[in-house]
Amino acid sequence: MNGRRSLVGWLFIAPFGLVFVIFLITPLAYAFYLSLFSKGLATGTAFSGIGNYVKAFTDPSFLSGVWFVLRFSVVLIPIQMAVSLAAALVLDSLTTRMAKFSRLMIFLPYAIPAVIGALMWGFLYSPSFGPLESIFSLFNAKAPFLLSQGNIFYGLLNVVTWQWAGYYMIIIFAALQGIEPSIYEAARIDGANARQVALRIKVPMVSSALVLILVFALIGTLQFFTEPQVLGPIANGTITPSFTPNIYAFNLAFSYAQFNYASAISFALGFVVFVAVYVFMFFTRKRGGLIS
Amino acid sequence: MSTLTQTVSQLERRPRNRRNTVAHLFLFALVLYILVPIWWLVVASTKDAQGLFSGSGGALWFDKNFNLLANLKDLFTYNDGEYLRWLGNSALYALAGGIGATVLSVTAGYGFAKFRFRGRDISFAILLGSVMVPLTALVIPTFVLASNLGLTDTIWAVILPSLLSPFGVYLMRVYAAEAVPDELLDAARIDGAGEFRVFLQVAVPLMRPAIVTVLLLSIVATWNNYFLPLAMLSTSKLYPITVGIGLWSQLASSNNGGGHSLWSLIIIGSLVSIIPLIVAFVSLQKYWQGGLSLGSLK
Repeated sequence: MNGRRSLVGWLFIAPFGLVFVIFLITPLAYAFYLSLFSKGLATGTAFSGIGNYVKAFTDPSFLSGVWFVLRFSVVLIPIQMAVSLAAALVLDSLTTRMAKFSRLMIFLPYAIPAVIGALMWGFLYSPSFGPLESIFSLFNAKAPFLLSQGNIFYGLLNVVTWQWAGYYMIIIFAALQGIEPSIYEAARIDGANARQVALRIKVPMVSSALVLILVFALIGTLQFFTEPQVLGPIANGTITPSFTPNIYAFNLAFSYAQFNYASAISFALGFVVFVAVYVFMFFTRKRGGLIS
Repeated sequence: MSTLTQTVSQLERRPRNRRNTVAHLFLFALVLYILVPIWWLVVASTKDAQGLFSGSGGALWFDKNFNLLANLKDLFTYNDGEYLRWLGNSALYALAGGIGATVLSVTAGYGFAKFRFRGRDISFAILLGSVMVPLTALVIPTFVLASNLGLTDTIWAVILPSLLSPFGVYLMRVYAAEAVPDELLDAARIDGAGEFRVFLQVAVPLMRPAIVTVLLLSIVATWNNYFLPLAMLSTSKLYPITVGIGLWSQLASSNNGGGHSLWSLIIIGSLVSIIPLIVAFVSLQKYWQGGLSLGSLK
């Protein structure tokens, strides 16, 4: 009986397991395999060991991309967390029709593809399509071009915040709704005011949702690709072929047919993500024992 | 006592009202921020090529020429109606990938939650670790593998990799563990139901809210995907809407002369493409809003 039940358990997992092996384990292993070879014009494909990794971690194009996504994460994630947490706390404290409507509206960008989101903002930034020029001229000021070399960081920051804040807000909001209301009652009897209830009770009680979101945001930002890739043609050369590690890998593979080196870049990026998430988890676990 | 609480509540009312006003103002500002680009898109969709650049109402208001219908006609007929084909492709990829990923997530989540077997814990640990693997890092090796098999530039190159959803399995496992009582399963087994029937007739109905959530999440993930189809497909007839509109915008910015009409196609095309998912989300609200809290249960 027990053996049979164990077999049934495996059978339920098998279809997913097959897909997991074919589309996750195999490409991962194959990327690693490919990355150990290099292709020269004269020499053909030859085993080069960790040569590609040495090259990657000394390649200014790769390193500048990694540096960009790290910098971007460090600025973006706190902003996103602050906006989505504030919105979720406000929505949780209100039961008006306006609150319900706002909740749906703020979530809306999640249903919009990143390609379209990036294009919409690209249009709004653009001097010929967008409103910035005429708004700024009211104050006799010159409108900033948010896709220029110096401003693209902020331009992208805005696009990504707009795209994802609502999704994160909904996750936090759903966690807030799951808290037993009697806890608030008890705190109020003990003399806690609304702000104390929010900061001392609500935020700690949804901390596991916050950690989940942080990890998602970190993984998502480090593999940044779609928005800069889409804005590239509009932004007149601001988006270089190695703007982010993923864009670099894509161009190496599909513009230069350097699949071996591109695989090494992909694998190295995966490694950077893994280390970043692990370091983050390590610290949060130490601090508050948030993840079980 | 009751007069005392009354005075206290009267005293409290004023700051609370003010707080509510501040809260509503904050929400209003946030909603405005979210809606500005969408509003721009709606307004710009009604303009002709000239109105886009120098409209009488500025960038955020309608032009005197209302050109929406002509733009729509243009959109659906341009280049033998390639836009409709892209929309259809997106629907096919999203439904096939989304439904497939959901079925796999539900069965695997149920298997992990309700059966004890050798290797279960280590398999689940590997699965959890894999949530951290950046999926885009897999695109290039998957492309090389698929091209060795002659699968690139086919619909399978987009649909099959979309079946992978480790996070969906995780969500289903968490939900199944809570929502499906072992006693109920055992009772059905004692009544002589086979394992598959127990799953379909007892477990699946109990897991329905989570199933709808995972289904929506995976449909959205496939519908919005850009990197995978961009890498896999080279025939524009197979493009989903994201890659198609990306192609148009590339053409429009590299070709300044004939670019004008393409810009208005991109704008109206963007608007039309976001309608199906927005309708789906608004009409299925009560399902996904509860379901999204699942991931943070544990």
